[in-house]
Amino acid sequence: MAILVSSETRLLVQGITGNEGSFHTRRMLDYGTQVVAGVTPGKGGEWVHGVPVFDTVREAVQTTGADTSVIYVPAAFAADTIMEAADAGIGLIVCITEGIPVLDMVRAAQFLAGTESRLIGPNCPGVITPGQAKVGIMPGHIHMPGPVGVVSRSGTLTYEVVKALTDRGLGQSTAVGIGGDPIVGTTFVDILRMFEADPATTHIVLIGEIGGSDEERAAQFIATEVSKPVTAFIAGRTAPPGQRMGHAGAIIEGGEGTARDKIAALEAAGIRVARHPAEVAEMVAERI
Amino acid sequence: MKLHEYQSKRIFAKYGLAVPQGNVATTPLEARQIAHLLGGPVVVKAQVLAGGRGKAGGVQVAQDAAAAEDAARRIIGMTIKGLTVHKVLVEQAASIGQEIYLGIVIDRAQRKPAMIVSAEGGIEIEEVARTSPDRIFRLLVDPLHGLMDYQARNLAFDLGLQRGAIRQFTAVARGLWRVFAENDATLAEINPLVITPDGQMIAVDGKITLDDNALFRHRELNESRDVQEETESQRQARQADLSYVKLDGDIGCMVNGAGLAMATMDIIDLYGGRPANFLDIGGGAKADKVAAALRIILADPNVRVILVNIFGGITRCDEVARGILDVITELPVERRLPLVVRLVGANEDEGRQVLADADVVTAASLAEAARQAVALAARQPVM
Repeated sequence: MAILVSSETRLLVQGITGNEGSFHTRRMLDYGTQVVAGVTPGKGGEWVHGVPVFDTVREAVQTTGADTSVIYVPAAFAADTIMEAADAGIGLIVCITEGIPVLDMVRAAQFLAGTESRLIGPNCPGVITPGQAKVGIMPGHIHMPGPVGVVSRSGTLTYEVVKALTDRGLGQSTAVGIGGDPIVGTTFVDILRMFEADPATTHIVLIGEIGGSDEERAAQFIATEVSKPVTAFIAGRTAPPGQRMGHAGAIIEGGEGTARDKIAALEAAGIRVARHPAEVAEMVAERI
Repeated sequence: MKLHEYQSKRIFAKYGLAVPQGNVATTPLEARQIAHLLGGPVVVKAQVLAGGRGKAGGVQVAQDAAAAEDAARRIIGMTIKGLTVHKVLVEQAASIGQEIYLGIVIDRAQRKPAMIVSAEGGIEIEEVARTSPDRIFRLLVDPLHGLMDYQARNLAFDLGLQRGAIRQFTAVARGLWRVFAENDATLAEINPLVITPDGQMIAVDGKITLDDNALFRHRELNESRDVQEETESQRQARQADLSYVKLDGDIGCMVNGAGLAMATMDIIDLYGGRPANFLDIGGGAKADKVAAALRIILADPNVRVILVNIFGGITRCDEVARGILDVITELPVERRLPLVVRLVGANEDEGRQVLADADVVTAASLAEAARQAVALAARQPVM
């Protein structure tokens, strides 16, 4: 089963003719993902790696029945393409783009609230259900099918943890990068709810970082609503306050969003928190 | 990007918000001239991008122009939280009746801007949140409709403002909303908003933080970046499009990805070492960017060991290795530092090949790399 994406997913790539879009379309096809369409306004009628390109999402959906989209559009235009996808009835929108202005995302989030669409990201590596579909930029070969659901706010840190899991023979049901920006479409709690309901997932790994309070809300949710064992890791124990640590979302503001607070909240909810990425896999292995 | 108080106030004034009359001085003599033109008592305020200016002595009242010159002489050149003061704002002193806090921030959980007010103005809002959270009122602003008059009125009544002040407060709140929305701010704050004894509302202090991701559509604001506030390494990092934050340890780190960069700092700390910096080379960095990153780390005199941790994906390990090799080759032998390199993922074999003959310590895992770096730092003599 897994969550969000599967071998049934019919994927549309927004920004398919760009460098990134074209490169990752090739990788996603190689992984076995059903990429059915691409969109770049003004490039309709072209083909990229055997995938037909359309001018609009509306036309791509009508012609190919795409139900999921992945966005590799530059930051200045990305929020608009999220709304275009939602308006065309795309159910799952995965936005990889980094650096979208916050107020653009405020408007897009407001727009999405009135639709049935779910947004993952922006500024995220995407979603992969190992052995079935890869929607995003993560290296496919470090994953393997299995029972561990992974949800994370970061990119390469997620790969580090996933590789540690795979090296120990612990496969993943689905790995979801929810993104490192202040405003993201899907939160830890949303994904935890899906993993809890997913029969293919028996363990959950949550990878958080400094900034915001999504981890604290996740801790509360896990305490009352999640029966499956959860192992967590929080990056940024040594991060100084008031400084933006790469991600727009990774900043400790006014004493809020520290790693210490997040770790305390998770531990208070009975969740084991690893001290470094490889220890996540050791902790999962002990309980499986 | 954080704006100085004087820059924030210029924007406030553009949107019709009342600010004290004044100007910026870079020398004591200029401060004297500005004070002379203003007449009467003035406030001389350090313009530095750090909080706690008042406590550090960076804000002083002067009764006349001569006193303003003296105050400026004391303040210019002062160091506040590690930053040197290069400018002062000389302003007419406002007579204060009531002090209010008025700010707009992004509420991440609600995915909307939130306007926050408190009758406890003049102190940091975080402090009020700790001591008397019931004195803070907030409401969410719909980005599509903007701040409504009735919302501003509701806040005015929450604050317990006198009837005569309601209309004026509404205008100030709407003005601040426009400042926030039209300049792509992530924070716009007036603290304190002073109500003078004769009923005027004046933004006596304030700050604006602009969204770095939106600066491309505000070219005029981008030019207000204060390069004097940047250290040489920050400037180099910005120009090379690297995300760099200096810390005070001795193990320099170069990593791809912000989360992994923080996890690398954390694991160094876990094994008893001290990270010298946060440095994210981003995705898909080429050799020249890697070299620029290494040079920034090498310029930090505290650094005794360098740890490179790369999980290749979009970033290719061979590009990283080439960047490392370029820098090693150009360095004189006596300036070479122990380098622990961990490369995994895209083109890792090619990357190891590039470094095969180089004088670097290779590690297979992050944990091993961190242990090696900590051990080497402990053995390395202090320069």
